[in-house]
Amino acid sequence: MSRLLRFHLGLAATGIVLIFALRLIGNDYAWYTGYVILQYVLLSVAWNVLAGYAGYVNFGTAAFFATGAYTTILLTKSLNLDLVLCVLAAGLISGGLGLAVGWLTLRLRGVYFSIATLSLAVVLQTLVVNWSYAGGSSGAYTMRPQGNNLFGNYSEFLFVLMLVLALGAIAAAAWIERSRLGMGLAAIRDDERAAAAAGVPTLRLKLIATAISGAMMGMAGAPLPYYASYLNPEAAFSLTYTINTMAMTLIGGTQSWVGPVIGAVLLSALQQGATVTISSAGNLLIVGGVLILFVMLAPKGILGLVQASRGKGGAA
Amino acid sequence: MNREMTRRSFGLLATAAVASFAGKKSLAQPASGEPIRIGFSTPLSGGLAGNGRSALLAQQVWGDDINARGGLLGRPVKLVYYDDQSNGASVPGIYTKLLDVDKVDLVISSYGTALIAPAMPVIVRHGMAFISLLGSGTNEMFKYGRAANISPVGRKMNEDFAKGFFEVAKALDPAPTTVAIAGLDSDFSNRAMESARTQAKLRGIKVVYDRAYPPSTVDFSPIVRAIQSATPDLVFFASYPPDSVGLLKAVRELKLTAKMLGGGMVGPQVTAIKAQLGAQLNNLVCWDVYAPEPTMDFAGTTAFLDRYRAVAEAKGAETLGLYAPPLAYAQMQVLEQAVTRAGSLDQAAIGAELHRDSFPTIIGELRFDETGEWVEERNVYVQYQGIVGNDLQQFKKPGVQVILYPPQYKSGVLRPGFPAA
Amino acid sequence: MLDPVLIVNAIVSGLLLGCLYAIASMGLAVSFGMLDVVNIAHPAMMVLASFVIAGLCSQSGLDPLLTALLVAPAFGFLGVGLYRVYHHFFEQSGDEAMQGLAFFFGLMILIEVSLVLIYGADQRWVETSYGGHTLSLGPVDLPLRMLLPAMMSLACIGALFVWLRRSFTGRAVAAVAQDRDALRFLAINPIRIKAVAFGISVALAAIAAGCLIVVQPVDAHSGHVFIGRILAIVILAGLGSLPGTLVAALLFGVIENLAATLWGPAWSPAVAFGLLLAVLTVRPQGIFGGAHT
Repeated sequence: MSRLLRFHLGLAATGIVLIFALRLIGNDYAWYTGYVILQYVLLSVAWNVLAGYAGYVNFGTAAFFATGAYTTILLTKSLNLDLVLCVLAAGLISGGLGLAVGWLTLRLRGVYFSIATLSLAVVLQTLVVNWSYAGGSSGAYTMRPQGNNLFGNYSEFLFVLMLVLALGAIAAAAWIERSRLGMGLAAIRDDERAAAAAGVPTLRLKLIATAISGAMMGMAGAPLPYYASYLNPEAAFSLTYTINTMAMTLIGGTQSWVGPVIGAVLLSALQQGATVTISSAGNLLIVGGVLILFVMLAPKGILGLVQASRGKGGAA
Repeated sequence: MNREMTRRSFGLLATAAVASFAGKKSLAQPASGEPIRIGFSTPLSGGLAGNGRSALLAQQVWGDDINARGGLLGRPVKLVYYDDQSNGASVPGIYTKLLDVDKVDLVISSYGTALIAPAMPVIVRHGMAFISLLGSGTNEMFKYGRAANISPVGRKMNEDFAKGFFEVAKALDPAPTTVAIAGLDSDFSNRAMESARTQAKLRGIKVVYDRAYPPSTVDFSPIVRAIQSATPDLVFFASYPPDSVGLLKAVRELKLTAKMLGGGMVGPQVTAIKAQLGAQLNNLVCWDVYAPEPTMDFAGTTAFLDRYRAVAEAKGAETLGLYAPPLAYAQMQVLEQAVTRAGSLDQAAIGAELHRDSFPTIIGELRFDETGEWVEERNVYVQYQGIVGNDLQQFKKPGVQVILYPPQYKSGVLRPGFPAA
Repeated sequence: MLDPVLIVNAIVSGLLLGCLYAIASMGLAVSFGMLDVVNIAHPAMMVLASFVIAGLCSQSGLDPLLTALLVAPAFGFLGVGLYRVYHHFFEQSGDEAMQGLAFFFGLMILIEVSLVLIYGADQRWVETSYGGHTLSLGPVDLPLRMLLPAMMSLACIGALFVWLRRSFTGRAVAAVAQDRDALRFLAINPIRIKAVAFGISVALAAIAAGCLIVVQPVDAHSGHVFIGRILAIVILAGLGSLPGTLVAALLFGVIENLAATLWGPAWSPAVAFGLLLAVLTVRPQGIFGGAHT
């Protein structure tokens, strides 16, 4: 059995085990918490495609995420499209958005790209606020169906959908790391000018990475209207998504897809736990504090710590 | 883990509560048995924290009251709540936790539309009776039969909300012919502005300026100056606390005058803004939910405000307690009465009780229609009169926030013109 | 809508607003533009300073603008210390790009959440004697609430310019921005110079805080309103160009208020940020930036 096949089978098995484990717990809260954690796994893996592999920091996670969510709202409202199709459409549209923003700004130094993504969030939010068909500033309701053909419980269906997306993203990220694309991105991250001089098509590779990353983020946002039932621009474009995604990836480590997954699972589980235990503003304080401690003391994240303790050093 | 309600000043509260309710209830038996747990999410941090925290204090005061009176159905009451950080996305998770894991007996809502709506599908699926606090139209889509909403705007906010403002304006001489409308681009403010347009059209008043501004606005002078150049008789603002201050400051600096100014402003109701604007509020005609006037002194109102203020003072929270707290207390009273009338924790029975009869509360008699909205809108319009300086004590007295609408609570007459002479 | 008085007033109020943006952006222009330290916690520091100033003013009755000058040195020292930490953990190891960014992001959250936990969610404000007064020059109105902070902003920016041109340390700061290694030849420790410059950028945040609290009440999250705008202004100017930052800030204020007057306020953020995206696309080095970026 090839390594690749083993890896994919492993992912699939993890997914199936997860579903059955949560079924054993047998309550909706498990699906809801699981959904949120997986949503952050997906976002972090997506963010890392650009940040970890190519060294470009995206401040507009919320913009791509919200684009996905609003794609679903619009397609449900106008065509009553099935959620699965909405997710695909959201991927296409957010991917296209990534391509467009990348094309406009990726020729610039990395930090300009970061600022441009931040402005993108503002411009898009203003657009949605002024677009009454999409609910405008009043927000939009999306009624979830009672159940689903395959799953009796719609919460379970949402969880499984997010699980499939997250595992798919992990598979894609793992593929990028081994592919020519990944190697090209790594060359860009280490020294963009040298890479360009050596004949790496830097702009094209960066554009592909931005499109993939944007598409994944859009897909992460697509089921949100069904999860929350009500969505307004303020919630969809919330800075929380941007902050959390960054923090989770950096805490986990950016060298490979394992880092964002570890960071997202740990930090979002911690947050979910803190919401129902500490239950105060202290919750975000934890995120901020943990983030600062990690970037100061363990700049390569948990992954870096693990590798260091294994004596491998900080291999990228 | 879960926060228990504070039991400080228990004895004092007990005495006060028994004194104020002795006429209505049978003699207090000590509550016994397993506590009835009431679950909710509430904004303790983030943008809505000011209202969330003060509402929570009022709900805790109610908890102390009812336990002092012998509990609900003879059992003590315990509040189980989690901070939703003013973020709607965390609300569904919190309610599934409350219902599936904590297995609470009763639920109430968080604060405001954006935090109520995301809870609805979870609530509907579990068939819980649900009393919400200051939502607008959160049950329009669901048409859920076991809901009630504590919000004076009633079912047709887009039409009725500004009615009081224009009714009050009828007293002006000569009658107003033009109005300027400006407000924040948000759900509540947009509905308020829509109702102002509807009312103006109905009364043949011409709208000479009509614009929404985004939440990030820093400088309000372009808006106020544009209104000034349109010289309207009436100015209707629909704003939130940060921009209410910005607008009124710009109005003062640019010396905008009108026969009547105010509208659906959210801000002057809360303590921090009253303290900030002080005498600048004079003659403002503003939407409100409650004012400490003799016409709105219902059974238990004064007693509640006194107790709330004592607790709030100690905690450094919203000290006047005139906006969210009375509504939050009334929310708990409705829950209490519905449960008592149903005689059990059966959610269908409690849900049915919500629409059957009216509920006497500290904000008056409430009656809910089949979607849970108030049968009669009761948007209060007050005019600030005779404020001197920035001292907060004066807002506790009657005659400062004079009620001009609705007629049944009217407690004074309109002083025309803004600013006050 | 094309009433000339309205247009003139929109431009004038836009200039006053632009002065507030200028002082808020200037600190970031120093840290981000000259030192390459992307301090996205800058607006949060400004809000923190506003809370401190509001607290001091309510106790002492002093003017907030004056108080800002008094607390600025303290914030300056705080900035120097912060830079030492930043340098030790990030610049030295060459991790500054992403890890440093995350560090300031975390700092921003810490400041905001701590303010909510300590002071609660309510607004803070300061009552000034000149609060409601307006200077009228013919049809043009100049509210003192906007005018005095604007003058304060211009005065401090002027002092900053003079200091950078005339003083030894100031010229060293300017040199460090141009070429990091050049200073070594002059036997000046560039890290010390950068620490001083970062201290000044944080002190500027405190001055901006004084201006801000006069203009409007502040709550823990008020920084969010400014973060996008001041980043946009610094980029629009071309990183590191301080006169450019002033012009860009004024331009930003005028465009916002003109857009609000002409097309309604709903579109003013989109117009301003659309401009930024356009500038980035057409002229990536900013309007005033040199070719060296």
